[in-house]
Amino acid sequence: MTSNVNFLAKAGLQTLIDNLVSLGYECIGPQVRDHAIVYDVITNIADLPVGIIDIQSPGQYRLEQTGDKNYFRWNNGPQAIKPLVFKPEEPIWSCQKSPDGNLRFEKNMISVKKRAVIGVRACDIAALFLQDKHFLHDHNKDEYYRDRRQELLLIAANCTKSAATCFCNSTGDGPRAHYGYDISLTELADGLLVHTLSEQGENVIKELELRTASQEELAEADSLINEAAEQQRSLPSHNLKDMLFSKLKDARWQQIAERCLSCGNCTSVCPTCFCHSENEKPAMNGEVSQHTRQWDSCFSQEHSYIHGITIRSETQYRYRQWLTHKFGSWHDQYGRCGCVGCGRCISWCPVGIDVTEELNAFANGA
Amino acid sequence: MDIRFPHEAEIVERIQESPNLFTLRLRFTDPQTQQAYQFEPGQFNMLYLYGAGEVPISIVSDPMDDNLYDHTIRAVGRVTQGLADLHKGDYIGVRGPFGRGWPLEQAEQKDIVIVTGGLGCAPTVSVINYIMKRRERFGTVNIVQGVKHSNDFFWKERYDMWRNSPNTNVLLAADAGDAIWPWHIGPVTSLFDQLEYDPDNVLIMMCGPEGMMRAVSHHMIENNIDEQSLWLSMERNMQCAIGHCGHCQFGEKFICKDGPVFSYHEISSLFGIKGY
Repeated sequence: MTSNVNFLAKAGLQTLIDNLVSLGYECIGPQVRDHAIVYDVITNIADLPVGIIDIQSPGQYRLEQTGDKNYFRWNNGPQAIKPLVFKPEEPIWSCQKSPDGNLRFEKNMISVKKRAVIGVRACDIAALFLQDKHFLHDHNKDEYYRDRRQELLLIAANCTKSAATCFCNSTGDGPRAHYGYDISLTELADGLLVHTLSEQGENVIKELELRTASQEELAEADSLINEAAEQQRSLPSHNLKDMLFSKLKDARWQQIAERCLSCGNCTSVCPTCFCHSENEKPAMNGEVSQHTRQWDSCFSQEHSYIHGITIRSETQYRYRQWLTHKFGSWHDQYGRCGCVGCGRCISWCPVGIDVTEELNAFANGA
Repeated sequence: MDIRFPHEAEIVERIQESPNLFTLRLRFTDPQTQQAYQFEPGQFNMLYLYGAGEVPISIVSDPMDDNLYDHTIRAVGRVTQGLADLHKGDYIGVRGPFGRGWPLEQAEQKDIVIVTGGLGCAPTVSVINYIMKRRERFGTVNIVQGVKHSNDFFWKERYDMWRNSPNTNVLLAADAGDAIWPWHIGPVTSLFDQLEYDPDNVLIMMCGPEGMMRAVSHHMIENNIDEQSLWLSMERNMQCAIGHCGHCQFGEKFICKDGPVFSYHEISSLFGIKGY
């Protein structure tokens, strides 16, 4: 494995994509769709969001064309890597009913492609590792998640700018990717610095036209990433778990609930939220019924329903559940905070509720 | 069996217990699955009604019965109302068992207090049956059942049978009752001066509405019973039953796999806080 950092000209990105394709990977990368950056199949560097930057603030997300030649000078859009491994909806089994009433159950089998994702951010790698802990941590492993996860090659892009909503520096998850990637890229004005952490990554870059990066190039990368670490938002430095659970009856929950629409946007864009419902889809002919699972949100009415009772009947309980889970009980479940500082829940909240503002208010006794 | 996917089970018998309560006696149609199937009192299965979905239901029969297993179900939601319409010979899907049951090893040689409220008695019936069949391993057994109204009381024969067992104290209470209700009117805790147990050697098991379980827990703690001797069965929305879907979270606990039976000590920090 290469311990050093190499330099690749920007045009070399096309060779990188070509190499991935010839090695049998489906190549997924960032691209602009519906005025947002999303990850989907790419075949050409022209598919990448060249010159695009994003303007983000609470309840706001907008893209602008700068005219420069940067491929990765944007921060995350609504979509994380999560849907590539934990699908928004998928069948898990089906049941066939014969005319005599017998039931035959069939597990849904999936065939998984080798996939390479270009441009993964450090926060999303951290989020993927959190989802690994949830779906793969005990003897009941989620096979669908596992099979897709195993076939994922991650090509990270270190952030060289932060959106106003980013706070990965305070969760310790970014802006530089330190682990979990096969290849990492840092985009400079004239090229890309390339580093690998795995044999698969090494295999992908071995035919690229690389040369060892110069001290000046390394310094330029450090300076850009350090700049991205200067973020407007941060989490309070207190122990948030004890702090939040000591304030379960605080009046602020209701004050937040007066703004919160309980729409579930925050949980949909969150790269670590794992809740899902299971639903039944019987066919019209009455002979087969499909059992599917679908992303769910603790902000929904049904999420806490038991035999005629809704445990979290009010929005304040739902927001409190989300916050005390993400920043509190997650520590006991998976050994760390459930937030990676991506800031998506801030940008995509239709009323601009800012999780860092709320946590700081609780921490400061407001 | 692979507990993530249902297996076909036949309804061997259907018993109507009360106007909206019924028991399904089930057997996996595959003999090997039935033979390999084992559970502990307090665990639950996911029951699947074709085309409607799954519900978590506790198992009420004795774990040593290799031929059948029973579920007593209240027809209250879409799936349970559909299950209520099934008959002997119909088929459903079953996967399980799930979760942690009652601490029966810890209970041996101790006096036992089993408190159930409302229609919460189903998860404790299996443990009562279990104890009654192994009577010599336990001390005095107190069975306390509270119902909202005397009309909600069922399984009278079982309670009569238990009452006539040696060293067994059966106490019944209804919040409201009609003229022929022969037992106590009032909350279950108002019967507690009639309990027979050694406070230093007792294990308490509770199932039913959380308000009732909270009142019982507070009463016991005030009477110097150790929090770790208080056990209760919790209920939350469950869809996957293996700790993945997130619905049953109670603080850091996943009720489906860490419970549904907990010691009071394990859950006391959030127990009774509205919204958890």
